[in-house]
Amino acid sequence: MDRTKKLKFIIGLSITGLIALMTIIGIVKTPYDPCAMDGAAKLAGISLKHPFGCDQFGRDILSRVLVGVRETMLISACVVFIGVFFGTVLGTITGYFGGWLDEILMRLNDAVLAFPSVLLALVVIGLYGSGRYQLIAALGIAFVPSFARIVRGEVLKIRNLDYIQAVRLYGASHLRIIVVHILPNLKTVLLSSIIIGFNNAVLAEAGMSYLGMGVAPPAPSLGRMLSEAQAYIFSNPLTAIFPGIVIVIMILGFSLLGDTVKKN
Amino acid sequence: MKYALKKTATMIITLFFVSVLVFFSFSLIPGNPAISKLGTEATPERIEALSHEMGLDKPVTQRFTEWIFGVIRGDFGKSYSYSQSVTSLLSDKIKTTLLLSFMAIIICTVISIPLGIFMARKSDSKLDIALSTINQIIMAVPSFFSGIILTLIFGVAFKLFTPGAYVSYKTNLLGCLGYLFFPALAIALPKISMVSKLLKDTVLKESEKEYVRTAYSRGNRTKAVFYGHVLGNALIPVITFMGMTFADIIAGSIIVEQVFSVPGLGRILLSSISGRDYPVIEAIILLLAFFVVLSNLIVDLLYHKFDPRIHV
Amino acid sequence: MLKVEDLCIKIHDRKSTETVVKDVDLEMNRGDILGIVGESGSGKTMTALAIAGLLSRHDMEKSGHITFEGINLLECNRKVLRKLQGYEISMIFQEPLNSLNPIIKVGKQVEESLKIHTTIEKAERKERAIQALRDVELDNPEAVYESYPHELSGGMRQRAMIAAAMISQPRLLIADEPTTALDVTIQAQIVELLKKINKERGTAILFISHDLSLVNTLCERVLVMKDGLVVESGNCSDIFNDPKEEYTKGLIAAIPKNPFDIA
Repeated sequence: MDRTKKLKFIIGLSITGLIALMTIIGIVKTPYDPCAMDGAAKLAGISLKHPFGCDQFGRDILSRVLVGVRETMLISACVVFIGVFFGTVLGTITGYFGGWLDEILMRLNDAVLAFPSVLLALVVIGLYGSGRYQLIAALGIAFVPSFARIVRGEVLKIRNLDYIQAVRLYGASHLRIIVVHILPNLKTVLLSSIIIGFNNAVLAEAGMSYLGMGVAPPAPSLGRMLSEAQAYIFSNPLTAIFPGIVIVIMILGFSLLGDTVKKN
Repeated sequence: MKYALKKTATMIITLFFVSVLVFFSFSLIPGNPAISKLGTEATPERIEALSHEMGLDKPVTQRFTEWIFGVIRGDFGKSYSYSQSVTSLLSDKIKTTLLLSFMAIIICTVISIPLGIFMARKSDSKLDIALSTINQIIMAVPSFFSGIILTLIFGVAFKLFTPGAYVSYKTNLLGCLGYLFFPALAIALPKISMVSKLLKDTVLKESEKEYVRTAYSRGNRTKAVFYGHVLGNALIPVITFMGMTFADIIAGSIIVEQVFSVPGLGRILLSSISGRDYPVIEAIILLLAFFVVLSNLIVDLLYHKFDPRIHV
Repeated sequence: MLKVEDLCIKIHDRKSTETVVKDVDLEMNRGDILGIVGESGSGKTMTALAIAGLLSRHDMEKSGHITFEGINLLECNRKVLRKLQGYEISMIFQEPLNSLNPIIKVGKQVEESLKIHTTIEKAERKERAIQALRDVELDNPEAVYESYPHELSGGMRQRAMIAAAMISQPRLLIADEPTTALDVTIQAQIVELLKKINKERGTAILFISHDLSLVNTLCERVLVMKDGLVVESGNCSDIFNDPKEEYTKGLIAAIPKNPFDIA
């Protein structure tokens, strides 16, 4: 590993560690109740009591950001899980068996991939309404094709290796070949796509909740905090800055980590 | 030419697939749109009358054929929530969104290509390291947040535009372009970082190739080798990437329109989703799909022109 | 015409310095054909690249003299060197596919040297390029002119490379393993072509190869290199028939025999 790569890896790892810590704090206990309104602290600036200040209802922004990170991370984790799970199943079946099923699924895949994921998620939400679970389903579905394509490509490569052909000659069943010989070989490619998947999922979740298609208010979400803060941008720009910077840091962490895993 | 025809045919097939998918997904949603329009207290007779008027009593396949032939003529049906045709409802908004996307694409191309070239030529210098670091950070800024930051800097601090005061291209084209510059920049920023980074990487990779040595052996100057040989080859993967980027830019405009209160397709899409105005949603999705596929087609043809190795 | 004295090339890695060419001397007169043989890593390609002026990477150190028509190529100004490259000294390489720019028409690459070094008009350049393609015995040179490298076969590509190298009538042609990537029959054709060029135009050829038998069919004199050193040099047939060094004997022994000889 050269020096820049090492540096990227260390920074990326520290940031993801920080995000994990924030997620845990968001789950366990935040300094204030993220939904508790304090009339006296409306749009309060930075202070020791409220390090990130307060929003238009006097809610502590730090607490809301922490819960927002938790929300984003849990949703992203579910989205990536759905994408990886169905993507691996689809990609393995189509890549391993090929044939007409492969043709049809990959054509469909291409058609879906032509759509940016936010647009696709908006379609699903247009169909089933907005909310936390709809958002997970919407983004999850939008993520499946890209994972399926990556896995399929890798399975195709592995399937044609000599030793898989040899194992087949010994009479191993398809199931055994897939489970014992192919799936373990997908580890590296899956690891990097999971990290990149998190990067995209955080971006998409924040974008969707910015559009008001995510978690329902008053529960905090980073994207919605940004859109709410926009109304006060002339008087209180800080309310927008903190949630925004947290989103940037999350994406930066995953992209740095993804960069270092990808090429190895 | 043959290649162009084949690609156009594929594009039409893809669009047909999309329209089938879109139409049937929205037709299969449980619930009668006539009821949601009239409210649950409406009498069965009125619901039936409205269903008939909206054409909902016909079989799905017949509705689809009527719809698709309408779409080919440019008629997307009638909006549920607004009492006007979808086409007239959207015609201004399409132009606004396209204008915004075009500007973003132009800004992205005009900045990222020279920037990538510059970074490759200064590769490993302090300036390149600084630019690469900035690039890495900008890549992580979602367009809606960079939009807010641009509003803060250019709208609030420097007062170069009034946030929220969009002027239509009909009343004042220059004013409209001036306003749209900032949302377009917000969409373009992360793309500029990605494209310039990719171009830098491909230039450095191509510089190691053997044909570069041949070019030097003929007595070419460094600049001539770069512009005459390396750059053309380095641009090929960049063109492919930009094709995907254009699709992202078109989708990105939906979000950024919200940041800058630009009345384009994005805003009406969001209000139609909350209002369950299916004909409008269907039309917008199909239109956006059309733009995405069309930009892919253009990029494919460009790519074909740039890289003679691609065969039909 | 060409004189190389005490040529040393050192490559500086981050940690260590490696000397890849040690004290190489060689001399060529107009119309000479000189071969350099050796296995990969023997420094033969490095020597050739140094003569062609293609080793200017900053992590490399060169010492000694390379004098071409009275100009010291190692010390002269870049501008002077560029004037010679492609005009007086041309080079062809091992992999004709990789050595040609994949997105530029073959004809444009053949005439590039003329474009760089002369003021000849476009139409005439094209004419000259087609003539050059004809001279390397390509059928239908007009079609070759308009095609892209990937559309030609390996042998055709190498012929086109030779046409590009010869279009400005250089005094020295450096051929770095020009036949290694080609089929045996085409190898022989390319060697014949080089011979013909040498005879008809008097172009000196520095022929680099790992194949001693090939060198023997083409060259008058040969240098045998190993680990950056010239271990043996002299008349080709002398060395072939009576090698002094163990290494050279090994190279000769490695030449595959005609399968019909074994009986």
